[in-house]
Amino acid sequence: MTPPLIALRGVTRSYGTGEAQVRALDGVDLTITKGEFVAIMGPSGSGKSTTMNIIGCLDRPSSGEYLFQGTPVQGLSNDQRALLRRHALGFVFQGFNLLARTSALENVELPLIYKGLPREAREARARLALEKVGLQGREDHDPSQLSGGQQQRVAIARALAGDPTVILADEPTGNLDSHRSHEIMTLLQKLNRDEGITIVMVTHEDDIAAYAGRLLIFTDGKLTRDETITPRG
Amino acid sequence: MIWETVRLAFTAIIRNKLRSFLTVLGVVIGVAAVIAMVTIGQGSSAQVEASVEALGTNVLIVRPGARGFGPSSGPPAPRFTTKDAEALAELSTVQYAAPVVSSSQTVVAGGANTTSQVYGTTADYLSVQNWALTGGRSFTEGEQKSGAALCILGQTVRSKLFGSADPLGETVRIKGLSCEVIGLLAVKGAGTFGQDQDEVVLMPARTVQRRLEGNQDVDSISVALRREVTAARGIAQVSEVLRERRRIGLGQTDNFSVTDMKEISSMLSGVSSVLTSLLSAVAAVSLLVGGIGIMNIMLVSVTERTREIGIRLAVGATSGQVLTQFLVEAVVLSVLGGVLGIVTGLGLAWVGTIFMAIPFAPSGAIVALAFGFSALVGVVFGYFPARNAARLDPIEALRHQ
Ligand SMILES: Nc1ncnc2c1ncn2[C@@H]1O[C@H](COP(=O)(O)OP(=O)(O)O)[C@@H](O)[C@H]1O
Ligand SMILES: [Mg+2]
Repeated sequence: MTPPLIALRGVTRSYGTGEAQVRALDGVDLTITKGEFVAIMGPSGSGKSTTMNIIGCLDRPSSGEYLFQGTPVQGLSNDQRALLRRHALGFVFQGFNLLARTSALENVELPLIYKGLPREAREARARLALEKVGLQGREDHDPSQLSGGQQQRVAIARALAGDPTVILADEPTGNLDSHRSHEIMTLLQKLNRDEGITIVMVTHEDDIAAYAGRLLIFTDGKLTRDETITPRG
Repeated sequence: MIWETVRLAFTAIIRNKLRSFLTVLGVVIGVAAVIAMVTIGQGSSAQVEASVEALGTNVLIVRPGARGFGPSSGPPAPRFTTKDAEALAELSTVQYAAPVVSSSQTVVAGGANTTSQVYGTTADYLSVQNWALTGGRSFTEGEQKSGAALCILGQTVRSKLFGSADPLGETVRIKGLSCEVIGLLAVKGAGTFGQDQDEVVLMPARTVQRRLEGNQDVDSISVALRREVTAARGIAQVSEVLRERRRIGLGQTDNFSVTDMKEISSMLSGVSSVLTSLLSAVAAVSLLVGGIGIMNIMLVSVTERTREIGIRLAVGATSGQVLTQFLVEAVVLSVLGGVLGIVTGLGLAWVGTIFMAIPFAPSGAIVALAFGFSALVGVVFGYFPARNAARLDPIEALRHQ
């Protein structure tokens, strides 16, 4: 039997020490298999972003185990984790995290540069990704010339351009109007269904979560509900 | 991949124009200031040394009046005459002794005129001063004795009166006296005090005394001692003879002074080396200021750069790739600043030396030192904050501020 894509075993994450210590995650067990579309919901501060960061190898658990395709991530060196991010993970940050004074196209190309794609190939792929999120004609704009929603779509294009195994999206529609939100969700659903990309997404909106096939609810750093749902659309 | 990284570095430089410009400026200021100041300082030292050389080995200047500055008390000391110079020339320690009658005069030729020092002296003056002729000839014994109306022009006077034309055989007028130009002096440049030594006209001493001054006085006597003679022995012999000739009794003080030019020049060398140290200190401060400027710019941009590093790490860059990019950036900016600084510094030094009429002799060691220091500051402050950021977990780098 092939190991699950993502497996968290008793993962905790604490910030600070002593009296002031905050437990952002408090013993999370979670298994995600390849090809799933998972939505994470829960009140603010319940540990959703922390979970995403740990799955995305941007952060490390304080204790517990994280296995990616059966490999314990905590045993990897920094460079090995970088390679894992480069080849398997695409991240859409809550705060976009685009490079300033850098065009949309170049922002989307960034992961492809580190993947070692030749210039023409990565430009073509970046253009395609921008087109998929509806930003054709905005390739040369830099983040300061784009609205919040447009920046968010550049961030989504950057995550999917690298053709990752998993896309981790932290509130990807948080800044989009309802029409745009549903377009993006349709796109993510299409990537999930047609290309088999595993998607883990944090959202506050029920109708956005409804695109997923599985819903996780976090409360106070614990995974309190885990149910399969019938995706809409 | 390394070329991709280098390309990323150049992209970042171009993208962050202000930051790049300020970094380069910091390096330019440091490098240029050091090079300009030290080059000018060394040029003026070289100038002093050159004028010390030009004084010849053992030159004494003999003047009437007691030694020292400021007004002397009592009646003015009697002047020297050409006879005194002739007597000194006979001495065993003396090689040449030339009387100098100096006077400032307006010299006219055709429509042009200029004010110049006019020295009435003998052909020996050129030997004492180690001064060559570039054209024509010097005065003969007979011309000196008869007080012929002849003159030798310094280069500044020549160019002011005749431009590039050949003045030999032409006539200049000084106080109504028409003199034939028989010789041209070689360029001597600025003197120890920055005066233009080429603004000079030499005439036979007798001519100046009779036709311009109307007396028999000699203002000073320039004495060249023989090579093997020490200054102390020369001064002793010269003083003894002059005391005798001026009838100064035992126990009476001299009413003349004998100055060893070496003494003056070594004093000046001291002054100029102090000046050079001072300039070097100022330059070191500029270097430091430039360095602090670079440091500031680098530290101010650390927040933005830390987030940039976080983004790059998050999309799959290894910390090595990020660091290579930052190192290339820092090196490119520092080297660019260094090269511009060298050009600017040498340019400023060159202009400075022209204005001050001193030799322009840049030192490779200083250029290398200034460049090395500034480049080091640029690289260190460009690289080390990046190194710290690249060691963080990506999420920490992204959260920075
Ligand atoms: N860098 C940090 N330092 C201290 N506390 C943090 C940090 N990041 C998150 N937290 C805390 O951890 C908890 C979970 O945060 P997060 O995972 O961002 O919640 P959310 O579910 O809203 O995404 C919160 O209480 C938050 O205050
Ligand atoms: Mg969050």
